[in-house]
Amino acid sequence: MNDKTKAEPEGMEYLQSLPRRWVTIYIPLGIFVFVLLFPFYWMVITAFKPASELALHTSNPFWVISPTLQHFKDLLFNTPFPSWMLNTLIVSVVATVLSLACGTLGAYAIERLRFQGSKQVGMAIFFAYLVPPSILFIPLASIVFKMGLFDTRWALILTYPTFLIPFSTWLLMGYFRSIPYELEECALIDGATRWQILVKIILPLSVPGLISAGIFAFTLSWNEYIYALTLISSSEMKTVPVGMTTELIEGDVYHWGQLMAGALLGSLPVAVIYSFFAEYYVSGMTGAIKE
Amino acid sequence: MLSHRFDNSNLLGWIFMAPAAILLLFFLTYPLGLGVWLGFTDTTIGSDGQWIGLDNYAYLVGDPISRLALFNTILYTVVACAFKFALGLWLAILLNHKLRMQSFFRSVIMLPWIVPTALSALAFWWMYDPQFSIISWVLVKLGLIDRYIDFLGDPWLARLSVVIANIWRGIPFFAITLLAGLQTISPNLYEAAAIDGVTPWQQFRYVTLPLLTPIIAVVTTFSVLFTFTDFQLVYVLTRGGPVNATQLMTTLSYQQAISGGALGEGSALAIMMVPFLLASVLFSYFGLQRRAWQRGGDK
Repeated sequence: MNDKTKAEPEGMEYLQSLPRRWVTIYIPLGIFVFVLLFPFYWMVITAFKPASELALHTSNPFWVISPTLQHFKDLLFNTPFPSWMLNTLIVSVVATVLSLACGTLGAYAIERLRFQGSKQVGMAIFFAYLVPPSILFIPLASIVFKMGLFDTRWALILTYPTFLIPFSTWLLMGYFRSIPYELEECALIDGATRWQILVKIILPLSVPGLISAGIFAFTLSWNEYIYALTLISSSEMKTVPVGMTTELIEGDVYHWGQLMAGALLGSLPVAVIYSFFAEYYVSGMTGAIKE
Repeated sequence: MLSHRFDNSNLLGWIFMAPAAILLLFFLTYPLGLGVWLGFTDTTIGSDGQWIGLDNYAYLVGDPISRLALFNTILYTVVACAFKFALGLWLAILLNHKLRMQSFFRSVIMLPWIVPTALSALAFWWMYDPQFSIISWVLVKLGLIDRYIDFLGDPWLARLSVVIANIWRGIPFFAITLLAGLQTISPNLYEAAAIDGVTPWQQFRYVTLPLLTPIIAVVTTFSVLFTFTDFQLVYVLTRGGPVNATQLMTTLSYQQAISGGALGEGSALAIMMVPFLLASVLFSYFGLQRRAWQRGGDK
């Protein structure tokens, strides 16, 4: 149904003449794309500029005359940046897998097992989704400290699911709802257990949903800031966003080339994943909003 | 037999629910309660506090800095959300036309939303640099200004600068979700409107907007929620400065609780945001209700 409606708007496009389309569509769209992408262009250009060219009062600042990899070298060999990347990767992957496992089981229980109280649990999950991290970070800091997990990766792996589980459960509930109940009944009659049904019937049918939830959860963990800022204190345990914004700024002299090189490398993993799964990402985002 | 299945399903349901429930109860519900409790105490880092009732709140209500933070937060949320909505809707409508490379455009405009905000905030920081700002450079070359602008040094310029960065980051969210909403509107309605001889504005006002209202309500609520509790953009760009001009309630509570060690006062500040968040959720809920009623309660 969606494809049909997507294809049809061309029906009336002939009513607009070409010059009119330029003024009302192409030029505004071009400005939007320029503004939305310019900071990234500027990031890339700065990362490859030698220090002398960064003082842009003289030359044309929009281009690099003699590109250099010096900033990347400095970043990779003279700063803890590689260990930040490793920390972020470990934390994001483990938190994502943990949350997807919990979310799948939870969504299946709420949507299909229909246990007593499942409706209330579903509502609670939705409200949990609306609790923002910035009102939880202070008590979480004191809890994590008392558990002795302060300044460890576990602090982040265990706290990220607070926003990942509600999100992925909610998304997967929508997916499970779209799978016909008859499939499950057939399997029940054939003597399958609930676990077998989940693993052999429901999960294979909801792979797109799992991919959406997975990459969305990974991106959210990779980009998370306030918990990582609060719960981690030593330099080598930090994540990329926190490390980049707290450790690389020394005094009043900003190493802009190095900062932009780090911003570029730190954005690369999520950008690459996104470029492969853009459609899943969009469906994850819109799926989480609907209902 | 039936009752046996029922029991089984109940037990199994709770077993399946257990991992998520335990994690959420311990790391979400408990901290939420603890946060409320801390707000009533004078706890600091290193010492357990005493119950002091509403003292924190009484102090915060009278404190000029927290009042300024509340003002800034509301200003930041209202201005940024209004522009994100308007520009996002415009971009969604542009993308809803038949275009060459439509999927390419749809993908690239998402980048500001995908990339870690702390890192794109660094790029904005660099573009706002008082000495090397590319924006100032262009404006000087065009002859519009004669001195470089100190974007983050002047109170109102700094507010404007962080709001612009927030709008930049939030436009894709509005554009993509509203585009999904636009694509569910039947083209027949536009054809019928065209036969009736509507102007483009009337078409937008009387066809597109009413049908889009339910999704607008949801998207706006989410955006208000995220913008009101935004932390990292302002923390990275200004740390709340100059002289608290861009201090938000979140950055102020971080400063008090974590940097300053006053966990009780910081918690009270964070809890003070809850009524505003509840109000925005209820606003969206009733917005949706109204639409369902207007459509004859079919959903």
